Amino acid sequence: MSFLSNFWTEWGGAVLWLAWSVASSLILLALLLIIIAFLLLMDRKVWASVQLRRGPNVVGPFGLFQSFADLLKFVLKEPIIPAGADKGVFLLAPLVTAVLALSAWAVIPVSEGSFFGLAEGKWVISDLNVGILYVLAISSLGVYGIIMGGWASNSKYPFLGALRSTAQMVSYEVSIGFVIVTVLLVVGSLNLTTIVNAQKTGLGTSLGMPGSILDWHWLVLFPMFVVFFISALAETNRPPFDLPEAESELVAGFMVEYSSTPYLLFMLGEYVAIVTMCAMTVILFLGGWLPPLDVAPFNWVPGIIWFIAKVTFVFFMFAMVKAMVPRYRYDQLMRLGWKVFLPLSLAMVVIVAAFMQYGGLVR
Amino acid sequence: MDLLLTDYLPIAVFIGVALFIGGALMLAPFLVAYRNPDPEKVSAYECGFNAFDDARMKFDVRFYLVAILFIIFDLEVVFLIPWAVSFAEAGEFGFWAMMIFLGILTIGFIYEWKKGALEWD
Repeated sequence: MSFLSNFWTEWGGAVLWLAWSVASSLILLALLLIIIAFLLLMDRKVWASVQLRRGPNVVGPFGLFQSFADLLKFVLKEPIIPAGADKGVFLLAPLVTAVLALSAWAVIPVSEGSFFGLAEGKWVISDLNVGILYVLAISSLGVYGIIMGGWASNSKYPFLGALRSTAQMVSYEVSIGFVIVTVLLVVGSLNLTTIVNAQKTGLGTSLGMPGSILDWHWLVLFPMFVVFFISALAETNRPPFDLPEAESELVAGFMVEYSSTPYLLFMLGEYVAIVTMCAMTVILFLGGWLPPLDVAPFNWVPGIIWFIAKVTFVFFMFAMVKAMVPRYRYDQLMRLGWKVFLPLSLAMVVIVAAFMQYGGLVR
Repeated sequence: MDLLLTDYLPIAVFIGVALFIGGALMLAPFLVAYRNPDPEKVSAYECGFNAFDDARMKFDVRFYLVAILFIIFDLEVVFLIPWAVSFAEAGEFGFWAMMIFLGILTIGFIYEWKKGALEWD
C-alpha cells in the first residue's frame, strides 16, 4: 500500500499527463477520421455532380454513411498477399503511409482561445517551435510507404507506379519548400500558431481596416499561393497529377496488388495527406482560424469552425480540380515541376527577400 | 519536465496512438474475413498473362537523376529556412551572402537545364 501511495506521489503527475496526452490524441484522431469520412463522401458527391450523376445516395440519408459502409466492407474483404511478394515489407508499406500521414496532425494547430468559454489556450497536441519543419519532414517520409509498397509487391505495374510517384513527389516537394521559405521570410517563425497570428495584421490593417481577409498571406504572396496549391495537388497524387495511379496505363499504380484493409490504409493515408495539405494551405495563406472580417457577427463564431470551414473550402477546390481537369502527361508534369515552378519559386524567394530588405518591411 | 520532453513526448504518444489505430485496421481482416488463397489469386497481376519475368528489372536512369537533383535543391531549402527565420537579425550582410549562394546554385541549375538533365522524352 505504501509502495502504491509513494508511487502516486512521485509519478502521479506524470501518469495523469500521459493519460491526458493519450486521450487528446485519441480525440483528435477520431474527429479527424470522422471528418475525413465525410470529406471523402463530399469528394465523390462533387465529382458526381460535375458529371451530372447522383453519386453515392443509398446508405443513410443522401448517402451520408457511405464511407462507414465502405470501411465495414474493406474489413470483411479477403486480404490477398501475392506469392512473390516480400510479405513483411508488403504489409508494412500501407501502415507506414497511413501512420506517417496521420502523425503530421500532432503539430497542426486547429484553433486558439475559447470555444464558448470552454477550452482555453492552444488547440494542438504539441505546439512545436519548429512545427512547419516537422510537417515538411513527415510529408517527405510519405514517399517511403509508396516505394516500399511498389517494391515489395514484386509485380511490374506497382513497381513502375512507385517509381513515377516517387519522382513526382520529390519534384514538387522542392517548390513547396521554396514557397514555405517565402512565408517564413514574411513571418520569421517556424511555429504554426505564430504563422497564423502573424496574419492578424497586414495589408488591410495598414489601410486602417479591421482585421480581414485582406490581411492573410494569399493576397500579398498570391503567386506563391497558386504555386503551393498546384504543388499540393501534385504532392498528394491528386488529379490532374494522378500519374502514379493512372487507371488507363498503370491500372492503379503501386496499389495494384493490395486488397482489403492494406488497400484501405493506402487510401486513408492519401486522403489524410490531402487534408493535411488543405490545412497547411489554410494555415500558411488563408489565415488559419481567423474570421474573414474581424467584426461583430463573424468573431463570435469559434475559431475551430472557421478552420474547418476553410479546410472544407480548399478541399472543395481540390475536388473541383479533380472533376474538371484532364490528366497531365508525365513529361509535361516533370517540365512543369522543374522548369516552371522551381525557377518561379526560387525567383520569388529572391524578390520577397529583396522587398523585405529594401522595401522598408524588415520586421 | 524539461521543454524537450513536454514538446516531443506528446508527438511520440500521438504517433503511438496512430500506429495502434493503423495496426488494428491492418489486423482486422486477417481475423474476421474469409480467406481462401489459390495459385491464380496470389500470382502477380499482369493483365491476365502469367508473369513474363521478375518484376525487379532495370529502370530508367532519369529517376536516379531526379533523385540527385532533388537532394541538391532540398538541401538548398534546408539552408534557406534558418536564414529566412533570422532574416531581420541577419541584416544586409546576411541578405547578400544568401543572394551569392543562390546565384551559384542558379548557375548550376542553368547548367543542368542546358545539359538536358531536365528533359523527359
